[in-house]
Amino acid sequence: MAEFEHLPPIASQVRRDIIRQTHFAGSGHPGGSLGCADFFTALYFHVLRRKPDGFSMEGKGEDLFFLSNGHISPVWYSVLARSGYFPTEELSTFRKISSRLQGHPATHEHLPGIRIASGSLGQGLSVSIGAALAKRIDADPHLVYCLTGDGELQEGQIWEAMMFAAHHRVDNLIVTVDWNGQQIDGPNDKVMSLGDLPAKWAAFGWDVLHMNGNDMKDVLRGLEEAGSRTGKGKPVVILMKTEMGYPVDFMMGTHKWHGVAPNAEQTENALSQLEETLGDYPYVVDYRNK
Amino acid sequence: MLDQLITSEKKATRDGFGDGLMEAGLQDPNVVALCADLAGSLKMDQFAKTFPERFFQVGVAEANMMGIAAGLATGGKIPFTGTFANFSTGRVYDQIRQSIAYSGKNVKVCASHAGLTLGEDGATHQILEDIGMIKMLPGFTVINPCDYAQTKAATIAIARHQGPVYLRFGRPSWPVFTKELPFEIGKALLLQEGADVSLFATGHLVWKAVEAARILAKEGISVELINIHTIKPLDEKAILDSVLKTRCLVTAEEHQIAGGMGESIAQLLARRLPSPMEFVGVRDTFGESGLPEDLLEKYGLGATHIAEAVRKVLQRKSRS
Repeated sequence: MAEFEHLPPIASQVRRDIIRQTHFAGSGHPGGSLGCADFFTALYFHVLRRKPDGFSMEGKGEDLFFLSNGHISPVWYSVLARSGYFPTEELSTFRKISSRLQGHPATHEHLPGIRIASGSLGQGLSVSIGAALAKRIDADPHLVYCLTGDGELQEGQIWEAMMFAAHHRVDNLIVTVDWNGQQIDGPNDKVMSLGDLPAKWAAFGWDVLHMNGNDMKDVLRGLEEAGSRTGKGKPVVILMKTEMGYPVDFMMGTHKWHGVAPNAEQTENALSQLEETLGDYPYVVDYRNK
Repeated sequence: MLDQLITSEKKATRDGFGDGLMEAGLQDPNVVALCADLAGSLKMDQFAKTFPERFFQVGVAEANMMGIAAGLATGGKIPFTGTFANFSTGRVYDQIRQSIAYSGKNVKVCASHAGLTLGEDGATHQILEDIGMIKMLPGFTVINPCDYAQTKAATIAIARHQGPVYLRFGRPSWPVFTKELPFEIGKALLLQEGADVSLFATGHLVWKAVEAARILAKEGISVELINIHTIKPLDEKAILDSVLKTRCLVTAEEHQIAGGMGESIAQLLARRLPSPMEFVGVRDTFGESGLPEDLLEKYGLGATHIAEAVRKVLQRKSRS
């Protein structure tokens, strides 16, 4: 197990960024973003083998990450900025006009770090498989990572992609499912039950792992183990249990914060529960003309 | 000039795609192909056999195919997806819109069995709305070649073109008449100069337009026949130059009139050069089972219908 003490403080700052982005924008999806902050921090500050010489769309010779559930863009934008893809103060532009930080991630405005538009659900797994196949053709030993939501698994395209990855032995791919059990209209089990999710992935031919997405140590263990399972003829999936809104007390235990921004008072309350470790970025009202 | 186009050779446009794909694959190792359980129908077998590591059988899962193509393009590959036009567009419109068009991916969506000439399979498969759907997507190039030779040339050309392309072709055996003619994306192809009327045709109906022009020549009507293989981007200059000379026009296509090539030309002329215009195309209806030739006749897309549209537009011109 790698040293991980430096990661939780980064995750705390990422969570502050999520609260502040959605508050400043007046909209967005804080719940799932907060729940996945540990995963994103581990991925971008420890796991991904990235080229140091800036962003390239093709990503040859480095690990790639694709976000399928694009609505949790605030957590992704935060780790991208905090890991050097663009200035942190650009987080002020989230969801504003003329911004590179669209409500849902996009390549159209050329934000470094983004390789595909996502938001309309169920498409990112297929895209990740395509990127993994490109690496296979190029004999590039790096991996492709993909995060999907759990409600998103209700899309049929996901199951098409699951079948394909097993059939074509796409074993340079690690998919993580944010299994927080919630979606916009309520708990998965009320909206459309996913049933025995581990058994379903296994039945589709995947190597199935589990981890606690809100325990940094376990996230690192899970991602390391997943890495060790690649190259063995099977695609790998990690079913990651998270709590939507974690660890902001009033945002947990409900689906209510899936797509609602905190107001000023709620923001203050949430930030009081999250330590400022790397320094908050300044709110910039007119970033373009700054 | 028309007489030089007369041919006895017949081949399907989908064969042109298969042969063009093979050629493109030989020319560029980045060319890869995907198919949703229709490799035989799309004539992709030779590519699959020659480049097994660059061919992906996706099964009956078109949405997944479009996403995988977008991922392959992200990694620097030039993916060609192959399935019927119906399953290449309407079935996967959101995947094409988000993962390919909006994401700016270099994917070639190759669509066979388009239009009424699919024949006996009937209206479930005879898509007549695909050009409209895809041309609305920003950044997409839309090409509807007219015969085997043009489809082959277009397939090779789009591999070298950076950006998403929709290539539309079909099932039936069809006259091959452009073997000796050039093909350039976005450049209209003049098939015959004329003075009285401009006739713009795309896809299978270009041959019907050739037949119509021969009928009209016997009546002393001089038709300027132009093949618009690239519907987007439209060759505006070629269209304006021709209509400036003839002052009236007819469009012919195997597609709904709404959303088709004629609509694009009408938009251009409404802005730049309003002129009497008639449309040959499908009039807001679905197709049905039948032989391709019989269907074209029944739905008003035959050579005689094109000729009649020309006579009508000439009357309008003489009154205006």
